[in-house]
Amino acid sequence: MKRKALYLRKLKRATHLLFYRRHRKPGVKGWELRKRLGSDYPKVLGLLDAYLEKLDLQVKTVFEGEKPAEKPTLEQLDRARFYITLRGGLTPKETKMSGWRIDDIAGLAIAISYIISKRGKAPRDEVEELLRDKLPGWRVDLNMDRYIRAGYLAQDENRQLYLDWRTRAEVDEKALIDLLLTAEKTEGEKAA
Amino acid sequence: MSSKRKKKKLGEEHLQRVIDLCRSVEERGLDPFLVDVNDVIGIIREYFPEWESIDEFSLDAEAINRLASVIKLQSDWVRHRSTSLYTDPFLLEEKLRKLSRKSLATLFLKSWHPIIEMEQISPHSLSEAIKYWQSLLPLRERWTKTEFLKTELGATSREELIRQQIMAEKVFTEELETLWRELRQTVGKDEKIPYWGFVGADTYEETVWRAYMTSFLVTYGYATFEVHRLEEEIFIIPFSKPRSLLGKKHVVSIPVSVSVEEWRRWRESRRD
Repeated sequence: MKRKALYLRKLKRATHLLFYRRHRKPGVKGWELRKRLGSDYPKVLGLLDAYLEKLDLQVKTVFEGEKPAEKPTLEQLDRARFYITLRGGLTPKETKMSGWRIDDIAGLAIAISYIISKRGKAPRDEVEELLRDKLPGWRVDLNMDRYIRAGYLAQDENRQLYLDWRTRAEVDEKALIDLLLTAEKTEGEKAA
Repeated sequence: MSSKRKKKKLGEEHLQRVIDLCRSVEERGLDPFLVDVNDVIGIIREYFPEWESIDEFSLDAEAINRLASVIKLQSDWVRHRSTSLYTDPFLLEEKLRKLSRKSLATLFLKSWHPIIEMEQISPHSLSEAIKYWQSLLPLRERWTKTEFLKTELGATSREELIRQQIMAEKVFTEELETLWRELRQTVGKDEKIPYWGFVGADTYEETVWRAYMTSFLVTYGYATFEVHRLEEEIFIIPFSKPRSLLGKKHVVSIPVSVSVEEWRRWRESRRD
């Protein structure tokens, strides 16, 4: 009973830490969670994740560098960043709540998938050219800046674009590429 | 122009071209396999014996450095191609061009899991903020310049310094020497006195103070201890002149307990 109460208390603390933004960027580092919840914080996060599943939410772990192939070590977890994200996807109707137009989302999908296909780095001009195919020119530049500001993309001094922290936290890159490659044109698109 | 100088110039041009090619691959995201590594290494090796000045060696080093970066890009490319994320860029680009904006957005939504976060203020932080606001001084008070009080110069007296507790009524050495004189008088012709016979006083506070000062008498060479370990007795032997024991003989620390119990025991034994 005592043990249960202890973990309930830790669960509450973890919820506060993960839901409320405390830094410039959302999310909490593993070492920060260890400091506040104790060394068994991976277990607490596991419990929280199981609880959040009913609400279609999840605890997302973003590792520094590539995701470890095997069970992550405590050191890797300490350096990782943890977020609360939606577990499932949004429906087109729900996206209105996020304040993003369908054009903005399509543009983001193009930019991210193009950068992934170019091994994580692509010149901004090439991405913009691809976007101009479907979006008015004045919107392309505005949207690119918006994606960069939101943390989906990053740009270096040579105008090379990379995937930034928010893409790594929010986008299932593999699923996106698989979906795009297996996508069939709809009847309407075929007619067009 | 001699043939050696001609070869040098040609070599510099070749290396510069290698550097430019590697740089453009690196910076413009071109295919890293455009650079034939064996060919470039052959060029670097061919001209290396010609280099003599620091500038020439620097150029050679830069070419090697740039080539190393391209080799890293090639290795990344191979690694990426072996992962499940590898996609033919042309195939994907084709797909991206063919799909409508709506289809693209719908597909993206299936792989997009936005971060959930809250930015509302909590009752706790609100009450903390109110507390902070209440304790915050108005700007006119916070930004006032530090003003200095102008006071007349004057002399202070010893009594005033004692009153302000800047100076003790008796200087430490003065107190030490008073106690030393007292020790010599008490000892008289006996040469030594039991520790408690000198340190013990009517109150415990005074006893502690005398024990504290006695430790300095011994440390500074005004007196010494004679310890009878079997009888568990300690005697104090005063010197007629202070002696510096440091460096002359092995100095040891002797811990002496001056607890309330010890003091009470001593007082009772004195009454008896």
